[in-house]
Amino acid sequence: MLLGWTTIYSAGFHDGGQSFFDFGTESGKQLFWIGVCAILALIILNLEGSFFNQFAWPIYGFVMLLLVLVLLVGKEVGGAKAWFRIGSFGIQPSEFSKMALALVMGRFIAESGSKFRQVNTRLKAAGILLFPAGLILLQPDLGTVLVYSGFVFVLYREGLSGAILIGGMGGLALGVICIIMGQSTIDYPFFGEAGGEFLLYGIVIFVIGISLLSVKLFTLPRHRKKRIWGTALWGLAAIIFSVGVSTVMKTDMLLKGYQKQRILITLGQIEDPQGSGYNLDKSKMAIGSGGFTGKGYLHGPMTKFNYVPEQSTDFIFSTIGEEWGFLGCFVVIILQVTLCIRLIFLAERQRSQFSRVYGYSCASILFMHLLINVGMVIGLAPVIGIPLPFFSYGGSSIMGFTILICIMLRLDAERLTIFR
Amino acid sequence: MNELRNRMLVIGGIMIVVAIIFLVKLLYMQVFDDEWKTRAQRITEASVILKPPRGVVYDRNGKLLVANQAVHDLMIIPKQVKEFDTLAFSNIIGMDIDKFKERLKDRSLRRAPHQSHIILPHVTPNEYAAINEQLHNFPGFFGQPTTMRNYPHPVGALLLGDVREVSPKHIENDSYYKPGDHVGNGGLELAYEKQLRGVKGISYFYRDNLGILHEVAEGRLDSSAVPGTQLTSTIDAELQAYGEKLMQNKKGCIVAIEPKTGEILSLVSAPSYDPGLLVGQSRGENYALLQADSLNPLYNRALKGAYRPGSIFKMIQALVALEEGVITPQTRVHCNRKIIGCHGPHTYDDLNGAIKHSCNPYFRNVMQRMVEAGKKKNRFEDAPIGLDKWKKNIMRFGLGTNLGTDIPGIRTGLVPGSSYYDKIYGEKRWAFSTIYSVSIGEGELLVTPLHMANLACIIANRGWYISPHVMSAINGVTVTDSIATRIETGISAKHFDVVVDAMETVVNEPGGTADRARIDGITVCGKTGTVQNDPIPDHSVFIAFAPKDDPKIAVAVYVEYAGFGGTWAAPIASLITEKYLTDSISNQRKEQRILDAVILDY
Repeated sequence: MLLGWTTIYSAGFHDGGQSFFDFGTESGKQLFWIGVCAILALIILNLEGSFFNQFAWPIYGFVMLLLVLVLLVGKEVGGAKAWFRIGSFGIQPSEFSKMALALVMGRFIAESGSKFRQVNTRLKAAGILLFPAGLILLQPDLGTVLVYSGFVFVLYREGLSGAILIGGMGGLALGVICIIMGQSTIDYPFFGEAGGEFLLYGIVIFVIGISLLSVKLFTLPRHRKKRIWGTALWGLAAIIFSVGVSTVMKTDMLLKGYQKQRILITLGQIEDPQGSGYNLDKSKMAIGSGGFTGKGYLHGPMTKFNYVPEQSTDFIFSTIGEEWGFLGCFVVIILQVTLCIRLIFLAERQRSQFSRVYGYSCASILFMHLLINVGMVIGLAPVIGIPLPFFSYGGSSIMGFTILICIMLRLDAERLTIFR
Repeated sequence: MNELRNRMLVIGGIMIVVAIIFLVKLLYMQVFDDEWKTRAQRITEASVILKPPRGVVYDRNGKLLVANQAVHDLMIIPKQVKEFDTLAFSNIIGMDIDKFKERLKDRSLRRAPHQSHIILPHVTPNEYAAINEQLHNFPGFFGQPTTMRNYPHPVGALLLGDVREVSPKHIENDSYYKPGDHVGNGGLELAYEKQLRGVKGISYFYRDNLGILHEVAEGRLDSSAVPGTQLTSTIDAELQAYGEKLMQNKKGCIVAIEPKTGEILSLVSAPSYDPGLLVGQSRGENYALLQADSLNPLYNRALKGAYRPGSIFKMIQALVALEEGVITPQTRVHCNRKIIGCHGPHTYDDLNGAIKHSCNPYFRNVMQRMVEAGKKKNRFEDAPIGLDKWKKNIMRFGLGTNLGTDIPGIRTGLVPGSSYYDKIYGEKRWAFSTIYSVSIGEGELLVTPLHMANLACIIANRGWYISPHVMSAINGVTVTDSIATRIETGISAKHFDVVVDAMETVVNEPGGTADRARIDGITVCGKTGTVQNDPIPDHSVFIAFAPKDDPKIAVAVYVEYAGFGGTWAAPIASLITEKYLTDSISNQRKEQRILDAVILDY
């Protein structure tokens, strides 16, 4: 609990620290939201835990409605229709959707019990997840969609095979290699010059062939059929995936130009400090100049003079890096990771599956935010806009996370008393 | 459920691994790798150098010789410039449109777009007033106040020197200089560059993402510029102006020194030019014009002109000979015009007569006595010994040295010794008979007018001189001790009496070669010289000092291609002397004749 509170306070101070001229507005607003959250926290902590269990579906439904609504009447900010405007404040439904999803997931999985091992049930679970994901994708808010992918951890804990996890990581690696190779041109003996990705295809096919062969030779007959089919399926998936990735990168399907640029920049293939790479470049400069202990509160020139775009929202970690240096970054990261791990612990000691699933969802959501936000700011992940929990400026963001955590706290507080 | 519980470890493990990866990368970026830090610094930190005005120079009477005037440099900050009408702007600032466009394309502007660069330096206040009105229409351009030289008394251009922009060589040799700085070029500006340039100040700023500068630490880290020190020179501005006027339309020089102190009162090199020509925007153009001028106005004849001393040298010969004891004032020598030419009606002069009539055979004989001292039987072996001893004595008069002066660019001249002739003729293949023209101040001897004026000082002082110098005080504090060293010739004062008397007769007695140098009421001592220049006309040379007892001024005058020393150089010398001593001219016709004379060609 303490962890949550300290981070909230930090965010408040930070908003004021960055630019004197904004003192009246951003920091002030954030303070207001913190107040609201405090009240919310009190309310939630006093509600019965079962309230959440029973109202899971309605809450989910309500948020879905908001998501649809925002597509229709929402205000367009930065090329995405993600906000409602109420007076001088904005509200972002997608921030709340994560919490709703967590609740529903918990309810659904708990209710399905052992049926979860069946493919049918799993597909239904996927559906619950994909529906809001799709809506958000239409906004479009790619970052939040990525956060949803964190739910795979939840499912994994509940029984989804680890193969998915490995497959996911393998796919990521394959995709990266594909993109990098796609950037170069190789002179092929018969075909003349073409992109490097064809070489990759060749390698993949070769690997699949070897695996099939080794399966045939080395496995026991009774497993053989299943294994061969399994390998073949994986192989097929790999090929399709590779082709898909290179196609997406080479053509205009799915990803817009600047998004492709960002991926390429992260992979170190190209540099574009004036164009798509501008945010990242400035962010790295701010962080890199922080040294070990930083330049001091309010004393970082890059932040002070607004060099880093979005420095109070998505790039707030840069401010931490510049003003508090490595020590500051260390503290923040440790705090966030500790929060995630603590949530996992809390989840594990729950007696009800609902609470456990919910707990894991919290942890996963927070972790994904951390992964993408910090990764983006220091250049390890492509620039995708999502906030840093409890630090980034934004009422909806803070409220969403507060609610998320407070529900968990409540559930945890009750764990010994209720048997569900 | 155990199997599933273990998955918790997997999930937790992944989170921890990611955290570690982040921390490692951060550690690298922030602590070990400086690249980001330097890049951030380059963008956010800016410093402005404050350039101080150069030190001013006064003449010996407190008149301002070299001063500063306030001007503006027209600057550009490329990042702040928006689209504009280049033709209109170049018209406003008076710059050729093509040159302007070329300047805009310069690589240095592209490399540092946040910093200011010079577009047009040294815009005068009048021009700037007109430009300034329009500047607000052209964002990214502004005027930076600075100073440049101006000359309230436009005299002594070569002596004072000028100021130019630093060259890469300057920057290489002294890290104080950055491109765009200015440095002294020749003369006083060069000799006292370190004092005149002052100390640059620096002001630190932070630059925000719009390019606006903010002060750092309320200016506590800044240092202010220190203006250059004031110099007081020994020059008399009025005398210098008068000298330049007298030398108009002629080629040559005047050097005037105060014998007792070695202070240079005036150093005129003709043709001279207005030092204001080499200031400001027209500097380049004017410099080229001066360089191309066939009369060589940029050549400081007083310091660099290496002439043969001519008959004036005879007096040094006499003094050295007297000290060596090879002659006495009563020694007489036949004027044998067969071995060396001579002029005038005399046949058998003593020292006094020989000086007055400038008798060549006399002095040939004098030198011969010194060079062929009989140390060796063989003439060819004897001569080098005698010559080198002779050379040592001659050099004590400052000839062949740089006189310890503080003005840069002086030539030492040449006093030939045995090694010199060995190189030309080969060892033991020359004797006195080969080199005798040196005895009358011709041959291989070379001196500058400054040496000659210094000579006049030595005689005026009866045996010593102070290194001629041009600077007397820094910031009002006299510094003559370090600059003005007293140098003895080692010849006793009594020997000088003969020479001084002779010099008096040259000017004041009938038959003397320099009667045009006479001034009523002042005893002027002088000696004419006519420097041979076959086949072109001779140079007219004259040295003098006055008054005979307790001399206040010593002068040397050279007028190129003007023939006999007495005709032109002598009257000029006397006019200078009279002007300095009495501040008026008694003989207007004499003055007018000089002013009207035009001796540029032959």
